[in-house]
Amino acid sequence: MAASIALAGCAESDRDESGGNGPSGEGSGGGTFVFAGAADPTLLDPAFASDGETFRVARQIFEGLVGTMPGTADPAPLLATEWETSEDGLSHTFQLREGVTFHDGSAFDAEAVCFNFDRWYNFPESAQSGDLAYYYGALFRGFATGPDSDAALYAGCEASSESEAVITLNEPFAGFISALSLPAFSMQSPAALEEFQEDGAANVLTTEYSTAHPTGTGPFVFDEWDRGNSVSLSRYDDYWGDVALVDEVRIVPISDPKARATAVENGEVDGADLIGPADIAPLEDAGMQVLPRDPFTVLYVGFNQKQKPLDDLRVRQAIAYAIDKEAVASASLPEGTELATQFMPQTVAGWNDSVTEYDYDPDRARELLAEAGAEGATIEFNYPTDVSRPYMPSPADTFNVVRSQLEAVGLKIKPTADVWNPDYLEKIQGSANHGIHLLGWTGDYNDTDNFVGVFFGTATDEWGFDNSDLFAKLREARQIPTVEEQIPLYEEINADVMEFLPGVPLAHPAPSLAFGPNVTGYEPSPVNDEVWNAVSVG
Amino acid sequence: MLRFALRRLALLVPVLLGLSVLLFVWVRALPGEPARSLLGQRATPEGIARVNEVYGFNDPLLQQYGSYVWALLRGDFGSSIKTGQPVLESFIEKFPGTVELGVAALLFAVVLGIPLGYYAARHQGRLLDTTIVSGSLIGVVTPVFFLAILLKLVFANWLDLLPTSQRQDPRIDATHITNFYVLDGLLTREWDAALDALTHLVLPAVALGTIPLAIIVRITRAAVADVLNEDYVRTAESKGLSRMLVSRRHILRNAMLPVMTTIGLQAGLLFSGAVLTESVFAWNGIGRFLFDSIGQRDYPVLQGYILLIAIIYALINLTVDMAYGVVDPRVRVS
Repeated sequence: MAASIALAGCAESDRDESGGNGPSGEGSGGGTFVFAGAADPTLLDPAFASDGETFRVARQIFEGLVGTMPGTADPAPLLATEWETSEDGLSHTFQLREGVTFHDGSAFDAEAVCFNFDRWYNFPESAQSGDLAYYYGALFRGFATGPDSDAALYAGCEASSESEAVITLNEPFAGFISALSLPAFSMQSPAALEEFQEDGAANVLTTEYSTAHPTGTGPFVFDEWDRGNSVSLSRYDDYWGDVALVDEVRIVPISDPKARATAVENGEVDGADLIGPADIAPLEDAGMQVLPRDPFTVLYVGFNQKQKPLDDLRVRQAIAYAIDKEAVASASLPEGTELATQFMPQTVAGWNDSVTEYDYDPDRARELLAEAGAEGATIEFNYPTDVSRPYMPSPADTFNVVRSQLEAVGLKIKPTADVWNPDYLEKIQGSANHGIHLLGWTGDYNDTDNFVGVFFGTATDEWGFDNSDLFAKLREARQIPTVEEQIPLYEEINADVMEFLPGVPLAHPAPSLAFGPNVTGYEPSPVNDEVWNAVSVG
Repeated sequence: MLRFALRRLALLVPVLLGLSVLLFVWVRALPGEPARSLLGQRATPEGIARVNEVYGFNDPLLQQYGSYVWALLRGDFGSSIKTGQPVLESFIEKFPGTVELGVAALLFAVVLGIPLGYYAARHQGRLLDTTIVSGSLIGVVTPVFFLAILLKLVFANWLDLLPTSQRQDPRIDATHITNFYVLDGLLTREWDAALDALTHLVLPAVALGTIPLAIIVRITRAAVADVLNEDYVRTAESKGLSRMLVSRRHILRNAMLPVMTTIGLQAGLLFSGAVLTESVFAWNGIGRFLFDSIGQRDYPVLQGYILLIAIIYALINLTVDMAYGVVDPRVRVS
């Protein structure tokens, strides 16, 4: 205590008395927008990130060549105003927006574009693992060095003029333009990277750049990251587009969904993501705004065909007929959820309106079980605990509804619950020790392969089947140079999948955001491409 | 006293070494691996193999343990696998939050608990005694998460009096020197920041302090009741000493030994209570971080944090043992 008192004499306030914010943003024109996510970002350099919380921060600071049309997952101009793909699908020419500057004052031009592409391609092996440069590794299939270098898609980048960059690939990649809307492919200031970043550092997560100097072209400039408390950003006054309405932004981590909802209702934060279905009505009753995102998700019941009797198509069909998707959605999923007929939402290219559908029919389910000799069969049903995912906000509730429906047709269900990560994921995706299970996916960007390719592209422990025809078709679809040309094959694949029935797609749940009554201008995006320059806090 | 302290500190070394072995084995015995946790749903067998290679999880266990202990001896607790931040750095950042919460909870428990326990003992069998004893029983059995929800409902949602998350309003421009936010506000004379930090402390401190409060009430009541029957108390009272003097010098001083032991144990147990409280109130402390790290199988954080907590726990107990000497000279002699 004596030391504290002694300190008092020399403790200086860091406050900027001229323009500092008081509570509720008083004393400054645009105020402060406080938003609660579910966790802290992992780091501030999005090239080494694949998690939504890091991307949420990155989207305010950085921009890529390609964005998305507001409220959709479709690609739209951002730092590139237009682009053209050569007939062979190997060369992509981007016309760049002029007059754009990075937050450090350096100019954004074609040289900067090539600098970024070359940087990703040349990541040292220590930075190539899936927990770091996941998206570049997964989508561009390899780096300049390392075990997958022969498969690398990237051939080179040429700055043909200040405002034109040409990216060349070794093979066509139909999802290339859409993929560039991911924050992992944001344009970062070459000057700042050269000064503060070391991609070969023993720990790229904690370089000066990744913790304190992220420098992009977005509407907000990075101020401070107080780990575990908040990330602070302020308006970039030289932004090329619509300058942000609020002066400052604070992004705070609140991991408990209930605590996030309470914080919104109590006015401690202006907005929050991933609101639980049970909290929506109370928030609305309290005068808060709840905005659903258009679903870009899928929630399914998966079958492990390594476990009997799930290897029998008739049993899988029986389970499909036994499930009343509408009841599942109304009991356990938020408003705005759409029922699923296949393993991807309707907005994705290749969605097929004539796949085999299994409308709720418990009598048919009983008949099929009898035919298969599986009446009264015992089936293990795995579901996760302690988790709320955008596609699965309350797994235990979903499990309970599906379980009662399956028991109603005579199946005996053996419930098995595990903690989400790593226990549940390890069991479902890393072992054959599971039966039917709840899982799902949120699309990263608008690409068909990012749904069906992720699920069924290769033999996995999750599904326990080896269907070489399906794997071959998905490989073939991936090689087709344009999205338009891919569509017929993906439609066929979706039809095949729903005949083969590796699982039952239940629904496309709509994740919800909540805001205080004074917040305006927030546009939800199905792929979370939400930039806050139009947001005001009244 | 100094020799006593030094001897106890020296005993810590083999204890910590043993603990390091236990921790090393325990975190690796948890089902699931860090690589799977890091990659989540995107994990592939190749991706997992690569992460294991990069982080050295494929090395022989003895080699991994050797590197771990060698680093420990140099004061290096390793870095988080998830965030890359050095374990000691993150501990130092977050520890003040937990201490601030723990101290507030303990203050709440002690300042209310001792007088209530004393009062109940002096009025045994009367209505107030029964009320206090029943109340403390409810306090002991109420789960922290339930109490937290109840407190939020009443004081935040209904009465709109107190905040429910974080250590300070993120809109406040506060200077942080020690990371003890209330203290920082006082030191920098940012009174609004100090007051705001204080209001943020109330609900989590009450939630965390309720079980210790109930236990302290019960122990104080029992200890005071015992002392009240002692001859020296009767003698002191019959000598005509004032009630205040008898209470202070004869009753409380003698009854305090078991109460202080309880407070010492509760101070240590606050760490485990903090895990849940910090999660529910989005409080940036070591409890919440440790809880998240278990889910992420973040081996260096789990090993480092628990070892650091053990050291602190041992130091708290040492302090309590030394405090016995002050209260009761017989302990010092023995």
